Amino acid sequence: MSLNRRDIENIARLARLALTEQEIPVYVEGLSRIMGLVGELDRADTRQVEPMAHPLPGQRQRLRADAITETDQHALYQRNAPQVEAGLYLVPRVIE
Amino acid sequence: MDWESVIGLEIHAQLATRSKIFSGSATAYGAPPNAQASLIDLAYPGVLPVLNAEAVRMAVKFGLAINAHITRRSIFARKNYFYPDLPKGYQISQYELPIVSGGAVDIVLEDGSVKRIDVTRAHLEEDAGKSLHEGLAGLTGVDLNRAGTPLIEIVSEPAMRSAREAVAYLKKIHTLVRYLQICDGNMQEGSFRCDANVSVRRRGSDKLGTRAEIKNLNSFRFVEKAINYEIARQVELLEGGGQVVQETRLYDADRGETRSMRSKEEANDYRYFPDPDLLPVEIDQLYIDSVCSTLPELPDQKAQRLRHDYGLSAYDAGVLTSSAELADYYETVLERAADFPGIAISPKLAANTVIGELAGLLNRDGVEIGDSRVAPAALARLLARIADDTISGKLAKDVLEAMWEQGKEPDAIIEERGWRQITDESAIEAAIDAVMAANPAQLAQYRSGKDKLFGFFVGQTMKATQGKANPARLNELLKKKLSG
Amino acid sequence: MSALHDKGVAELSRALQAREVSSVELTQALLERVTRHQGDLNAFISITAEAALAEAARADAQLRSRDAGPLTGVPMAHKDIFCTRGQKTTCGSRMLADFISPYDATVVERLRAAGIVMLGKTNMDEFAMGSSNETSYFGPVRNPWDAARVPGGSSGGSAAAVAARLTPAATATDTGGSIRQPAALCGVTGLKPTYGRVSRFGMIAFASSLDQAGVITRSAEDAALLLGAMAGFDQRDSTSVELPVPDYSAALAAPLKGLRIGVLKEFFDTGLDAQIEQHIRAALDLLRAQGALVKDVSLPNLPLSVPTYYVVAPAECSSNLARFDGVRYGHRCEKPRDLLDLYQRSRAEGFGAEVKRRIMTGTYVLSAGYYDAFYLKAQRVRQLISNDFERAFREVDVVIGPTTPTTAFELGAKTADPVTMYLNDIYTIGANLAGLPAISLPCGLAQGLPTAMQIIGPHFAEERLLNVAHRYQLETDWHRRAPPGYA
Repeated sequence: MSLNRRDIENIARLARLALTEQEIPVYVEGLSRIMGLVGELDRADTRQVEPMAHPLPGQRQRLRADAITETDQHALYQRNAPQVEAGLYLVPRVIE
Repeated sequence: MDWESVIGLEIHAQLATRSKIFSGSATAYGAPPNAQASLIDLAYPGVLPVLNAEAVRMAVKFGLAINAHITRRSIFARKNYFYPDLPKGYQISQYELPIVSGGAVDIVLEDGSVKRIDVTRAHLEEDAGKSLHEGLAGLTGVDLNRAGTPLIEIVSEPAMRSAREAVAYLKKIHTLVRYLQICDGNMQEGSFRCDANVSVRRRGSDKLGTRAEIKNLNSFRFVEKAINYEIARQVELLEGGGQVVQETRLYDADRGETRSMRSKEEANDYRYFPDPDLLPVEIDQLYIDSVCSTLPELPDQKAQRLRHDYGLSAYDAGVLTSSAELADYYETVLERAADFPGIAISPKLAANTVIGELAGLLNRDGVEIGDSRVAPAALARLLARIADDTISGKLAKDVLEAMWEQGKEPDAIIEERGWRQITDESAIEAAIDAVMAANPAQLAQYRSGKDKLFGFFVGQTMKATQGKANPARLNELLKKKLSG
Repeated sequence: MSALHDKGVAELSRALQAREVSSVELTQALLERVTRHQGDLNAFISITAEAALAEAARADAQLRSRDAGPLTGVPMAHKDIFCTRGQKTTCGSRMLADFISPYDATVVERLRAAGIVMLGKTNMDEFAMGSSNETSYFGPVRNPWDAARVPGGSSGGSAAAVAARLTPAATATDTGGSIRQPAALCGVTGLKPTYGRVSRFGMIAFASSLDQAGVITRSAEDAALLLGAMAGFDQRDSTSVELPVPDYSAALAAPLKGLRIGVLKEFFDTGLDAQIEQHIRAALDLLRAQGALVKDVSLPNLPLSVPTYYVVAPAECSSNLARFDGVRYGHRCEKPRDLLDLYQRSRAEGFGAEVKRRIMTGTYVLSAGYYDAFYLKAQRVRQLISNDFERAFREVDVVIGPTTPTTAFELGAKTADPVTMYLNDIYTIGANLAGLPAISLPCGLAQGLPTAMQIIGPHFAEERLLNVAHRYQLETDWHRRAPPGYA
């Protein structure tokens, strides 16, 4: 299955990835190749099976007790933050 | 052109768990920025979600309370999009298999009739953080304390046909979640939020018009205003030959209008898929039965019982059961009424006083019924004094206010202020005689047929007795004396 | 008497317990080797010398006071995908080049509690996406057997370091073959446990339903020791399985008589290097001589593993990597013009080409209109493949086949076309899709380059895999061969 330039631009937008003009054809080619590989899946008759979301059968979600186990560690966690002020993570103005 | 409006509501109620849905952070409101944001809430590399048992229990409770189907095997899905208050770049929600599906609530319309509003589904999801824009030099600050708070999203069918119906439904759900103690319903703090989907169509059509979604509605009043504005806006647009655009709009409370949200111009492809970090949530009959056994008496049941036991009107029963605490207060008052054998305190009188005078004081001072400065037993004592004619009903409000302000007993206040009602017939007669003597012209007019002047004499006599004449006696005696 | 650096975990454990060598001495010796060979191999991203020596000193104190376990004082390395508190954790990416983790992954915590000494963080393909360790922001890793060749990926640094005797063992992760394939190309032993056997908490996620933490060592005996310390239920990982951890060393030497081995018809196809096939058949003969029964089995849907994987893994990774947005940690672009620019540029700058390619593939296959045709379809084929394995395991106890189609290829040989690179995973991916445990161990040399075989078992059959591998290693010495210059 082949993708075109427009497809790549849309995907990149959804994925929030800036692409240069030079990169676009590279990804068009690359993704088209990959989707060509993926096309082989059509060979399989999957009418009688359910999609497998988890590899181990019969598992169910464990529930944890409703208890507060965390403390305020924002000073430690914010050491990795690019821009912080008054405890808030800063980003360019978001207009709503 | 006769237009019909079609409204559906999406309610987000924060579940009153101690910790977040997927992490052990506290959910308490008002902490300093990011003090309640753990590594999981911050979406640090390598962290994983683990599901809070209480969130599940609360969702099931809600489902049972609206007679919905509880899904035996429900799935969490990722809703993928980018926004600063969404640290993972996806929200963990439920898509194809929500924990609750179907169900309905009944609302009472203005004319007293009951309408059933169907619920499509209710699912569990996590709340996002908050963005702050003030005082940050043109930047936006992100606080992730709220990120990860458990939400139940309740989606109604597009079953409402007016803003009033929508508000009635919203209030019903609001009451219900508080009864169930799964949500504190605090709209100002954002623990109970609602988005409205509004469209219009020609009356008689069965096709749905294009709808607009209105967000940022954090009071019942705003919900009503916003929906009405939006209906009018859409009708005007369509009548002018235009088309309604499917979009998200914000309600601007200052201007009283809805406007398009700029940042959501592009349609989002959320690319939902089952979250591989979470396994299916399996619920069996045993679990459902155990949750069922913890259900309290629900608002409708309680209202039914009050009507049946006390002969209250649908309206009164509805108001009294709008919160479990208020209903409890009322019932306690009636229980304490049994302290006064020989005095018949009517449930209607009690209802009127609670809904009227007491509620007035609670609202004025911003006090919750649980913190009422007049306890049920004291209110019962006041009602006893009305029922046994010690004071007239008109003075009840003043006595209650004095009880509220000073914490004193009704009997003490009545004595202090000399508010005892005058029931003595000779005293009332004397007052009537004096008024008749002082107003010969009106007396003559009345006797010659001007019946309306009866009220004048009532008023004058009341004035003469400083409002203390027992109204029933006064009326009786006045009739006799005026007619000569 | 082998040199210190040549000793495996079990041997070192004995030497440390017998106080023949101290942990500090051992750690110093290995740190010296690590540093000396960093230039030629580039196997490490961080060398945590100071912390290592402090840990070694603490271990020695415990060993002196006889308050030590079997792993106390044993040095090893962690793949830089595991969060290590107070240390850089880069995942081989510019996105996390300066990221200092405030917490330890469960795997790191458990191994530290067992007493191991961390030498450093090993190099890897960026965000675990690759089969050659050529996508790392920190430069490619070289195969110690031939510096012009790749060590495999994504755990190339771990495999190279273990092969070059810079460390007796290293943790690694496997999503489509990233433990087994580099182990094969570097002539060492690599174990991928059953999905859910080892906690994923603190392991930076690539594809959540496929990722599994494991270990690379120079023997099955060593792998058994380390797996015992790493494995087990973790309440912080919802997919972690609540099953007791057996003593993996106990049944290592059990005789193989009656063992039913399945040889996968689909694995021995035209793509497989003839010498690798030869070596594996020789290994099968050896196992037969020990009493194992060998029969052919067929997993008809297995050839669809690669296309299945290249839908599921990118889909999950596109979502898992959305958190890298320049807001709370990680790379942020200079002077973002607005929010969109912040996201787009930070991510474009922070991620390399392969990562971007997979994010985009994943975004595409999940997008409206394609979800059913690609994602759901792939997950159905995954179920078919899993069913095939299940059917096979009713007839046989383990399946044996190659790990890789070729020996180590040259740097740059397969980077032009992503699909060519992806086909390296053709034999390993099936086990990830079905969540099965699998081990790769060396079984020969072809033109001086290691060849390997893979043993796959049913869920939670790690003991059996280690047993078969160990019995093989008792009779052969491929696993003891060192690359020239590193002996």
